[in-house]
Amino acid sequence: MTKRYALGIFEDEDVLLHAVENVRAAGVKVHDVFSPYPVHGIDDALGIERSRLPIAAFFFGMTGLAFALWMQIYMLGFDWPMIIGGKPHIALPAFIPVAFELTVFFTCHGMAITFFTITGLYPRPKVPVMDVRSTDDKFVMAIELDETSSQFPRLTQLLRDNGASEVNQKEMTTK
Amino acid sequence: MATLTHQDSATAEQLVVTDGARKTFITIIVAGVVVLIIGLLAAIMGWGAEEHAAAGEAAGHAGAGASAHHEGNPVWLKRLLVSLWHSNVFFLGVSTIGTVFLAINYVAYAGWSVMVKRIAEALSAWVIPGAVIMFVVFLIGRHDIFHWTHEGIMEKGNPNYDAIIAGKSGFLNIPFYLIRTIIYLGIWAYFSWKLRQLSLAEDQLGGTVWFHKSINASALFLVLYAVTSSMAAWDWVMSVDTHWFSTMFGWYVFASWWVSGIAAIALTAIFLKQAGYLKALTSNHMHDLGKLMFGFSIFWTYVWFSQFMLIWYANLPEEAVYYNQRLGGFEGRYTGIFFFNLVINFVFPFLGLMTRDAKRQMIIMKIVCIAILIGHWSDFYLMFMPGTLKGESGFLIEIGVAAIFLGAFLIVFSRRLASASLVPVNHPFLDESVHHTT
Repeated sequence: MTKRYALGIFEDEDVLLHAVENVRAAGVKVHDVFSPYPVHGIDDALGIERSRLPIAAFFFGMTGLAFALWMQIYMLGFDWPMIIGGKPHIALPAFIPVAFELTVFFTCHGMAITFFTITGLYPRPKVPVMDVRSTDDKFVMAIELDETSSQFPRLTQLLRDNGASEVNQKEMTTK
Repeated sequence: MATLTHQDSATAEQLVVTDGARKTFITIIVAGVVVLIIGLLAAIMGWGAEEHAAAGEAAGHAGAGASAHHEGNPVWLKRLLVSLWHSNVFFLGVSTIGTVFLAINYVAYAGWSVMVKRIAEALSAWVIPGAVIMFVVFLIGRHDIFHWTHEGIMEKGNPNYDAIIAGKSGFLNIPFYLIRTIIYLGIWAYFSWKLRQLSLAEDQLGGTVWFHKSINASALFLVLYAVTSSMAAWDWVMSVDTHWFSTMFGWYVFASWWVSGIAAIALTAIFLKQAGYLKALTSNHMHDLGKLMFGFSIFWTYVWFSQFMLIWYANLPEEAVYYNQRLGGFEGRYTGIFFFNLVINFVFPFLGLMTRDAKRQMIIMKIVCIAILIGHWSDFYLMFMPGTLKGESGFLIEIGVAAIFLGAFLIVFSRRLASASLVPVNHPFLDESVHHTT
């Protein structure tokens, strides 16, 4: 789906932070902010809700733990029992390192895949970027426009008043 | 909501230790004395004495290290001396963590921790009293705590002769032991004093020169502490089981001290906050302290398990005896506390502090802090008791002594806390700490 955005370009993260607060206070909904590095406090300023990714992570971890324990107990206890160092077939202390590793493995891969899927940041040939300078030294605030872009002059004024060095319009195909 | 308003900043706050608080500390000591007397009476009267014979047998087949020849001292006195040593090692270690915490934060140029810096400084007030108690207890009670101090144990031909212990005489002899202990405690006490002085001077005079001096002192201290904490763990704790050794032990004891120290700092911060002090302390600071507690509880478990699994796997008699005594040895006397130890020090903080909200809630943090402190005290219980008291250990005397230590510790600690502003007003990173967000 193609949408139009007003892009305010900022030179400085502090200016950007205050601009975000002021723009939101003026009743404008900020679509997103793009920055070369994570800006402290930007989540709170944008009013972004806390991610539910940790909950997913917990369940990925539990899956990994359960899988690791099942795998080892089944393999070494039932499918092909072997005596190793005179220990019982199902020797839990020996299973813990593998259980730990698989818990971590499932958690991090599950989280990464979930994150890329939900945010639409998965790798692909053509990546939609609002303004390529946001990967270098500029901070970009994107505000969604309606069909006719009628608010654009007012937004330009608002962004300029709050320290934007330039304001552009861009058409984007998202997700 | 992020505090993006840069006008607010922290001002000096002076702690006043109320009579009520002082009374509470005294009450803890009195309660400890009462429990201790009941425990001593119970031990002297021999309540539960029928267990001794069986426990002695268990000690017999638990390995050569367990068959000590305890001449003289009755059980109650032995238990008193061992529990004095046990609680002292715990409290002294936790106290020193105050300085370690400071030093790590200085070296890392950490800003967030400035708000709890004075608590860490005050924590190390116990180093000097703890050092004094350590020497007194060692000089009076070393025979009941350390098997290697027995007469003739290193002399060939003596009935007490023990070839394995004799082989360690180059390291485990009383003069060298005392010299080492003096060096450890001297280093810890000196740097605790030094960092405190620099911090107080900074309060008075301002400027960044104190900060840079503190960083130099901290870097030096951390190198020395890395060595001395590990060696102190061998000397004070591991040499109790003289035959046994573990290369993980220094880390294991440090991990226990460190996580308890952070819990003590967090708990004090909560109490001060709830009493209306530390106005600029927010849930963001508690969140970071909670993360440290969470992470280092896992670290402790990691070290614990690394030690356990290798010994369990290799199953060499001279190593496995340590876990034989604790798992099922002495008629299963320590089995319960062995698993309790894992639950309260790992499972509970791990699940309890896992979510962000838990770390930002005072009540949950408080419960977990107390659990960690109790848990690591009992971790040290598990390190000392099987090696010294075999099947004769108990809880009343030990808990009584611990309560006396706690009360005395709190008196010294709160006096140090009240002796300067709770907020280091001239610290260069104070503003960063005030505006800290997580």
